[in-house]
Amino acid sequence: MASTLGLVLNFLIFPGLLFTAIVGLLTQWVDRKVSARVQWRVGPPWYQPFADILKLLGKEILIPEGAGRTGFLFAPLAGLAAVGVVSTMLWLANIQGGGFVGDLIGVLYLLTIPSLGMIIGAAASGNPLASVGASREMKLVLAYELPFIIAIFTAVTKVSPMTLRLDGILDYQAVNGVLLGNASCIIAFIVAILCAQAKLTYPPFDVPEADTELMDGTHMEYSGAALAVVKLSQAMMLFTLPIFFITIFWGGIVLTGWGILYTIIKYVIIVTIIVLIKNTNPRVRIDQAVRFFWGPVTVLAIIGMVLAMVGL
Amino acid sequence: MGATSWGFKKSLWVFHLNAGACNNCDIEVLDCLTPRFDIERFGMKLVGSVKHADVLLVSGFVSRKVLPDVIETYEQAPKPVAVVALGACGCTGGIFRDGYNFAGPVDKVIPVDAYIPGCPPRPEAIIDGIVKLMGKL
Ligand code: SF4
Repeated sequence: MASTLGLVLNFLIFPGLLFTAIVGLLTQWVDRKVSARVQWRVGPPWYQPFADILKLLGKEILIPEGAGRTGFLFAPLAGLAAVGVVSTMLWLANIQGGGFVGDLIGVLYLLTIPSLGMIIGAAASGNPLASVGASREMKLVLAYELPFIIAIFTAVTKVSPMTLRLDGILDYQAVNGVLLGNASCIIAFIVAILCAQAKLTYPPFDVPEADTELMDGTHMEYSGAALAVVKLSQAMMLFTLPIFFITIFWGGIVLTGWGILYTIIKYVIIVTIIVLIKNTNPRVRIDQAVRFFWGPVTVLAIIGMVLAMVGL
Repeated sequence: MGATSWGFKKSLWVFHLNAGACNNCDIEVLDCLTPRFDIERFGMKLVGSVKHADVLLVSGFVSRKVLPDVIETYEQAPKPVAVVALGACGCTGGIFRDGYNFAGPVDKVIPVDAYIPGCPPRPEAIIDGIVKLMGKL
């Protein structure tokens, strides 16, 4: 009983929803501030993302005529819950060694649920532009999932004995040095970062949202608290994905002594790479995005996999 | 309620509606986003969908043709929403007030919270108006 309660608290407070939301929103501020500095602007104050979410909670929720109410309102919640679960699993594996067989596969599944939630929600809204956004998001998911999974499994191949447990991968790295020291895993890491860009729907792969042509596409019909849920799960993804990469490729999170500093540095480096890619690239068309992921990126991922198999 | 109204004040998302402006006011609105003026300092940003809007920024004199659209857009915005009339046209009708298709100005059609006169208003004036609006909310 006590352990069930503990797990529920883990999910709701630390390291689940609440903690992830707070750090995710702070990260989103870093993102907006860095973007502003790149464009020679001053940028928003640090509490800006919090003010946005609070404001949205106080506004009216509009449900469009002809929309499927249940799908429209519950799909984003499913996405939010999924990110919370992923974050809980990653942190527990990192700080308590609490993994289970195949939790890596669970994480990979759960990481697609926010995108699926957005597809269902946008399709249920009954808005033509939102459904164009949903169809683009669907194509984007199909495009990036293949190289993403190959990249993650490159790391799995590299670990001996092969394991699908997150804490197994962490233990291997603790003994044999971080996986990022190998040529194959560097390639896999690059591929994973590119896929993260698409998972977050950040430029150059923001085709489903496309402010200027689709007017926020998949988010278009959301307002008030429902939009807050959507924005919050985006912010939490921005926090969870770098933590996932640190766990898989970069030795995991250490919360003792100098480890705290190293963990923060690793995290900031990954976030900065993502933000800089976001700010220096224009949006591609959806067909270009699919071709990019199925072409060069998949080939790169396979090269990484082959290198890992021959032991590099 | 305190927290949400604080958030509302600090994070105004603006939906820009052109109700028959000559386009000059609209260019000045875009100026506010440039590095020189950077309105994101106040937490404001332009949004593409009226469902995300907290401020409806209406430029132009409201012609008969766009009259139904202005009303519909106002009704589609999630409340609470503030309305700002931009430019001499938005405030009074400006040079178009004697026109055959004049149906405005904006405050005859929908309730207006702030007026920013000028033809076109300078970006400084727009920022000043919006900051005054923030004080009023
Ligand atoms: S106020 Fe002046 S600049 Fe603005 S829309 Fe009217 S005529 Fe054009």
